[in-house]
Amino acid sequence: MAKGTLTGSRIRERRVAQAMRQADLAKKAGISASYLNLIEHNRRRIGGKLLLDIAQVLGVEPALLTEGAGATLMASLREAASAVPSAQAELDRVDEFAGRFPGWAEVLSSSQKRISALERSVETLTDRMTHDPHLAASLHEMLSTVTAIRSAASILAEPGDIDPEWQARFHRNIYEDSARLTETSRGLVTYLEADDAEATETGAPQEELDAVLAAAGHYVQDLEEGGTVHSAQKRLGADLSAPARELLGQWLQRYQKDAQAVPKSDLARAIQKHGADPAAVAEHLDADPACVMRRLAAMPEDILPEGVGLAISDASGVLTYRKPLPEFPMPRFGSACPLWPLYRALNRPMVILSHPVVQTGRPGSDLWVDALAVPVGRVAVNRDPLFEAIMLVRPMPTNAPPHEEPLELGSSCRVCARAVCPGRREPSILVAGA
Amino acid sequence: MAGHVLLIEDEPNIIEAIRFILSREGWRVDTHSNGVDAADVVRAKSPDVLILDVMLPGRSGYDILRDLRGAPDTEELPVLMLTARGQNKDREMAERAGASRFMTKPFSNAEVLDAVRSLTVTS
Repeated sequence: MAKGTLTGSRIRERRVAQAMRQADLAKKAGISASYLNLIEHNRRRIGGKLLLDIAQVLGVEPALLTEGAGATLMASLREAASAVPSAQAELDRVDEFAGRFPGWAEVLSSSQKRISALERSVETLTDRMTHDPHLAASLHEMLSTVTAIRSAASILAEPGDIDPEWQARFHRNIYEDSARLTETSRGLVTYLEADDAEATETGAPQEELDAVLAAAGHYVQDLEEGGTVHSAQKRLGADLSAPARELLGQWLQRYQKDAQAVPKSDLARAIQKHGADPAAVAEHLDADPACVMRRLAAMPEDILPEGVGLAISDASGVLTYRKPLPEFPMPRFGSACPLWPLYRALNRPMVILSHPVVQTGRPGSDLWVDALAVPVGRVAVNRDPLFEAIMLVRPMPTNAPPHEEPLELGSSCRVCARAVCPGRREPSILVAGA
Repeated sequence: MAGHVLLIEDEPNIIEAIRFILSREGWRVDTHSNGVDAADVVRAKSPDVLILDVMLPGRSGYDILRDLRGAPDTEELPVLMLTARGQNKDREMAERAGASRFMTKPFSNAEVLDAVRSLTVTS
């Protein structure tokens, strides 16, 4: 979703933070409350004088409303602050910092992400040094050969006579060992270079896949038009490591099946009638709701202007797919908020859990989530199914039940503002004593 | 006073060099290159000092040493372990398995000689 399309959400967030009623802001800005409501739900674009008026009433720079400082950026800045607790960064003013110095905030955020990625890379490499059998065998062979060369060379270099036969033997050994050392070194360099060429910044195939899908907008035109997985994989995965290409291939195969089961044209018509409500769309199309959720998340702006987020988790709780929204960040590393309905769905397979939600510490981020756990693979005799859960995150629907209490969710424990939480795994940098 | 050394190592040129420097000092040196039957060879040869490589074909030097330490006739045998890995945990593993001395490749001839000498003195 483009930055500008969230202006309404930011206006709402600012207004709620100032405990101002919608009607009061509308009145001061000279518009009706219903029109402001449409703006706040991003159903009307806003700009020009009205934007300036609303910004003035809220006491913020207009750019902060149009450009905003997304939740992902905020989470990243908070993570940066948590990495240097001794600096005692003014966390309560992080929003102001991002608004006043967006360029510096982006620099800090990017640096934080890079540091996290490099830390993971170091972990991966350390792990490889310890457990890679090929590397261990190569190093052992190199060190053994060096030892043999050193011993033979020492014998030859020592004062005193050595029997000519032994002398010739050690010369030959040194020659043979040096040739072997050359070959082993060359092989090791080739192995490490090949590995390096395949590795990304993080060394994690899932991270590579995430980056490719984000760049593609989670939409694959080729497969929508009947193209092959092979060609799409070739186009999208040219720069990926072999493991990441394999993941991409699996993802594309599922995309292709989904696109065949729920064609874009049919989905577009259903969306016009039901919006991004996956249960309603699935019923309308007589389709699998999980498939519909994935299809909704793949739709471009011309089909689904408001955009939706999607998270998929395997049975261990690891996010295997993430399409975050600016107002609903999803952690890149570590685990997500255990209160997400995504995880609760694993306890209630085949039931769509549908709730309004709000991000902890972010008033005005009203969203709706639908979560569903479905079996993976075919049904087999005497074998318990393996489940995966899928969760769609969408803007608050206009026909949402008015009195339903929203679930208060975080992104991850580390950057969650919730003071008391039964699911907390680690202390938050935002809550003293959490 | 030199004695009998058994060297269990799979790298032929290391075997040759160590055999040479120890023999020159008056040691009788037997060698063996396979991990599978190494413990049997040790028992059969009854050396004064055992030089044992960690990474051997068929069986690890740690396993061989544990086996030897479990038998009454070899539980006190002085053992110098050779390894290409010098991390603390490797040293700990060697100590736990019962190594008398631990030496990391690449080592010098003088270090090997010193180690073997010191093992015969302390034993």
